[in-house]
Amino acid sequence: MDIPYTVEVRRDTGLTNGKIGIWLFLASEVMLFGALFASYILIRTGAPSWPRGDTMLNVPLATVNTIVLISSSVTMVMAWASLMRGRFETFRLYMGGTILFGLAFLVIKYFEYSAHFHEGAFPSTNNFLAIYYTLTGLHGLHVLGGMAVNAYFWGPGAKLWKTNPVWFTNRVEHAGLFWHFVDLVWIFLFPTLYLL
Amino acid sequence: MTSDHAAASATGNHPATAMTGDHAVDIDKHVRIYISVFVALMVLTIVTVTVSRFHLPVPIAVTVALIVATIKGSLVACYFMHLISEKKLIYAVLALTAVFFIVLIALPNFTVSDGYWIH
Repeated sequence: MDIPYTVEVRRDTGLTNGKIGIWLFLASEVMLFGALFASYILIRTGAPSWPRGDTMLNVPLATVNTIVLISSSVTMVMAWASLMRGRFETFRLYMGGTILFGLAFLVIKYFEYSAHFHEGAFPSTNNFLAIYYTLTGLHGLHVLGGMAVNAYFWGPGAKLWKTNPVWFTNRVEHAGLFWHFVDLVWIFLFPTLYLL
Repeated sequence: MTSDHAAASATGNHPATAMTGDHAVDIDKHVRIYISVFVALMVLTIVTVTVSRFHLPVPIAVTVALIVATIKGSLVACYFMHLISEKKLIYAVLALTAVFFIVLIALPNFTVSDGYWIH
């Protein structure tokens, strides 16, 4: 039995089920990160003193990571646009670039974390580091998850293009929505943690 | 697979719903927008970092950083996530999310404020 409304839109919503599904999921993700942002504000406003992020964290590395993640968002949307143009090989190039940018982000984050651990800066050290590790760690897991999905569509999942290109294009669009959301979260995390 | 096959793009939300003819031109237009947004995001990232070096008072620094981040986030949401041309149901879902998000952010802080809300 075929999964309904993967290609054709529902008459009542004007959308495919996949599109609704990914947006509902992203809504729940907003609340997940929102709870942590609320915790951050509460802890910070309640603290007698709070360090500036740039006195404890590596701003140049985080700036590079911001550029990397924004670039990955562009390659992701270009991958989708390539499918819309019917250019599968170009899609592969852009999607491969997105995965590599994601990997670069995590490698840079690894070096950041390693340097902190080497200096004895652990989550248990103080509240600032606790919320820093929690937020960036959760975000890093999202990058990892997004990379796994993107790698699937770059590799084995791409078989769908041969049998149902519209469905495949939609699936890539939905994966892209998640990836852009991860970029969006970082856009707020970067100034909040590193610059203020 | 044919062009026509993919021409019936399932979402139907974007002007760019096909691969041939006028639609291909639409896609090209979209790609140019994506590049422009990318440049804008890079410039705004530099602005964010540069402003932080002025060591402004915390309330001003927070305000400036949040304004720039909101502009960047809006660009990503509107153009990369295509929210500028979405269906009403998606807007409704996001509006509801925004309400709950604001409550989520505000409520805990009312509990520690000196206001008259919750003591």
